[in-house]
Amino acid sequence: MKINVIKELLEGRVLCGEDHLDRDVYSACGSDMMSDVLAYVKDQAVLLTGLVNSQVIRTAEMMDMVCIVFVRSKQPTKEMIELADECGMVMLTTDLRMYEACGRLFTNGLTGYGESHE
Amino acid sequence: MNDERLGFHFDVDGTNFTSAGQASVEVKKNLRQIGISPEIIRKVSIAMYEGEINMVIHAGGGTADVYVSENCVEIVLRDEGPGIANVDLAMQEGFSTAPDNIRSLGFGAGMGLPNMKRYTDEMKIETQLGKGTCITMRVFF
Ligand SMILES: Nc1ncnc2c1ncn2[C@@H]1O[C@H](COP(=O)(O)OP(=O)(O)O)[C@@H](O)[C@H]1O
Ligand SMILES: [Mg+2]
Repeated sequence: MKINVIKELLEGRVLCGEDHLDRDVYSACGSDMMSDVLAYVKDQAVLLTGLVNSQVIRTAEMMDMVCIVFVRSKQPTKEMIELADECGMVMLTTDLRMYEACGRLFTNGLTGYGESHE
Repeated sequence: MNDERLGFHFDVDGTNFTSAGQASVEVKKNLRQIGISPEIIRKVSIAMYEGEINMVIHAGGGTADVYVSENCVEIVLRDEGPGIANVDLAMQEGFSTAPDNIRSLGFGAGMGLPNMKRYTDEMKIETQLGKGTCITMRVFF
């Protein structure tokens, strides 16, 4: 799924990484606990979260993720947006809540396990 | 030990949660530059990141050293924090003494040490109550 489609499905706003919207991603995960995200490396490319701090971006960076979506209209600081931009990530924010956001992506084919699921 | 191994040293600031993880970000960049495979880099940086966060939230900071030798990457994390009273317990998934304010920052789920073990091939914890903790991890190529 193109990141651009994620943006449309979630009625999201782009905070940074406009140039990378045509990238393809194959799986996603949603969590507010960063250690849970770090526990399950499966090439998830998209992180949906309601947590807003710089560790969200570092966690995504450690996992080689390419897109962060903040749910419930969370607004990161300018520093956080710059950090994500430097890492070449797309950052989106949506008014949807976590359950609804994950549900829309999942039912449209973006699963939690991507291509490498065995 | 091979004297010619490449090393990186970092001081981890224990007073600043926002900057926690910066050393791991640097290591990731350095390893990428010297051509280590992405899979190894990811294991090393996740394990080190969890360790770095632990030093900040549980031990008031410390130091991190990363060595690259012919057959592995070694990560050594040292702190002079309170030490770990029961290592077996601390290694269990879900065990955490982190306060609620840390949980609201996205950590403190008790998954850090288990994650460090999961992503590395060797992990040794040396700890003394009231003195500090030294964690050595290795990821083999
Ligand atoms: N460097 C450290 N110094 C002192 N205690 C530590 C250190 N690292 C871990 N611990 C102890 O081990 C427990 C488990 O660690 P971890 O699995 O990373 O979970 P969490 O950090 O989420 O609490 C911590 O809650 C803490 O009590
Ligand atoms: Mg931890």
